[in-house]
Amino acid sequence: MRAFAYIRADSIDSALRGMGSPAQPDRRNPQVQYLAGGTLLLDLMKLEVLSPHQVIDINGLESEYGRIEVTEGGLHLGALVRMSQAADDARVRRDYPVIAQSLALAASAQIRNMASLGGNLLQRTRCTYFRDTSWQGCNKRQPGSGCAALNGPNRQHAVLGVSDQCISTYPGDFAQSLVALGATVETVNPAGRRSLELEALYRDAQQPELETNLLPGELITGIRVPAGPWTRNSAYLKIRDRVSYEFALASAAVALDLSEGRVREARIALGGVSYRPWRAREAESVLKGQPLTQANATAAARAAFATARPRAQNAFKVELGQRTLVRALLQVAGQTS
Amino acid sequence: MQRRDFLKVTLAGPALGRLSAEGEVHSRSGEASTRLVVELAVNGLAQRVEVDARATLLDTLRHRLGLTGTKKACDHGQCGACTVLVGGRRVLSCLTLAASVRKPVTTIEGLEKDGVLHPMQQAFIDQDALQCGYCTPGQILSAIACIGEGHAETRAAIQEYMSGNLCRCAAYPHIFAAIEQARPLILKG
Repeated sequence: MRAFAYIRADSIDSALRGMGSPAQPDRRNPQVQYLAGGTLLLDLMKLEVLSPHQVIDINGLESEYGRIEVTEGGLHLGALVRMSQAADDARVRRDYPVIAQSLALAASAQIRNMASLGGNLLQRTRCTYFRDTSWQGCNKRQPGSGCAALNGPNRQHAVLGVSDQCISTYPGDFAQSLVALGATVETVNPAGRRSLELEALYRDAQQPELETNLLPGELITGIRVPAGPWTRNSAYLKIRDRVSYEFALASAAVALDLSEGRVREARIALGGVSYRPWRAREAESVLKGQPLTQANATAAARAAFATARPRAQNAFKVELGQRTLVRALLQVAGQTS
Repeated sequence: MQRRDFLKVTLAGPALGRLSAEGEVHSRSGEASTRLVVELAVNGLAQRVEVDARATLLDTLRHRLGLTGTKKACDHGQCGACTVLVGGRRVLSCLTLAASVRKPVTTIEGLEKDGVLHPMQQAFIDQDALQCGYCTPGQILSAIACIGEGHAETRAAIQEYMSGNLCRCAAYPHIFAAIEQARPLILKG
């Protein structure tokens, strides 16, 4: 790990001040990083994938940004709420099961106690070529250096939203549940506060070194999930190589508003198969107004993967991803019928 | 002299001798520093130690405070061997900066009370829940927290909520049995 200066922020103002205003902020290689749970940052600093000069510890802001609020309008999660805190919250489990499940099925109990929800949204890919700096070709780590995964071992890699520059997989689970429910993130930056749709936080794979649309020094402070008739009828299904403590090979976040056996509205997002948290709008359209039968679920899943671009070793994800979605849809429909 | 005693003498001795003067490089809020004095409450004892900003809680416990019961294995948050309790919650000390710790720390050395083993330690012995023993301190602290969280009601829950602690000897069935043995004793307090 490279040397860095550590600083504790006791307010948003001091956090932003610590970030400073560099003359030429380099979004590809930030020299200053916020530290919350540290489960991602310290890992990547030890690997020297990230080597910030300064680390700003924002855990002192927990009393202000570590709360969960449930109102008629929806759910509000402070960015410093820990994964386990939201996963075990009775209101989240009852009213937003897809969120609670996506968190409970992620990582390990220790990591869930540490990792903040804001940081979780920004977790980096587990692509070996990205994490291992001895590989030359990684456009995400070293812009313009190529992508060793295109023709190398790529069983874990993505089939949706990929480009010729990068086929890495977004590794998270929580973001998929939020994208399905149309969540927004609240942020603060030196110019002020703003909120943006979570889906719009993530960039496409054309410029893989830039993963999000956060501005230099911008900090996520909270997540807002709008209430809807579908949030209670929701689930997160995660398929992986081992039954616990593993990243998804394929996952589906599903929320359904059903009336008289027909789908009024379906909210679907996919994980483990895509470059970024993936809202499957094509699948949602297929189901709208239809009864949720095995045949319709299968048609929706086929639509979700119509644009899939598999590589040598990950073609199985097209089939696996479709089956995962079908099972998740039927499971949620079964809960409510 | 055991190896662990030797480590304690050689590492902890000089480290404790280098405690800095009052507040010399203490990181005050809003002031960046590559070296700092951190104040830790470990197993009920207040500790003051000067560290590099990079120092993890794991390395600080082992190398500076001589508490070598906490084990380093993967050092990347993948195995759970370094699990300790911070503020009563189980965390990975390898992914925790010593400088960022704000709550009391409990390590395996802090479990025994007046010469009597903690019920979970005794259960690990009774159930033969270890072979090489390297993952055991992390397993025991994780197991205590698992019960406190209410995630040890069933064998299935124990399996799921203990999945962050790997055991390459595969003593898992015995570990689960030890947790089931200790649970009523711990809940009874």
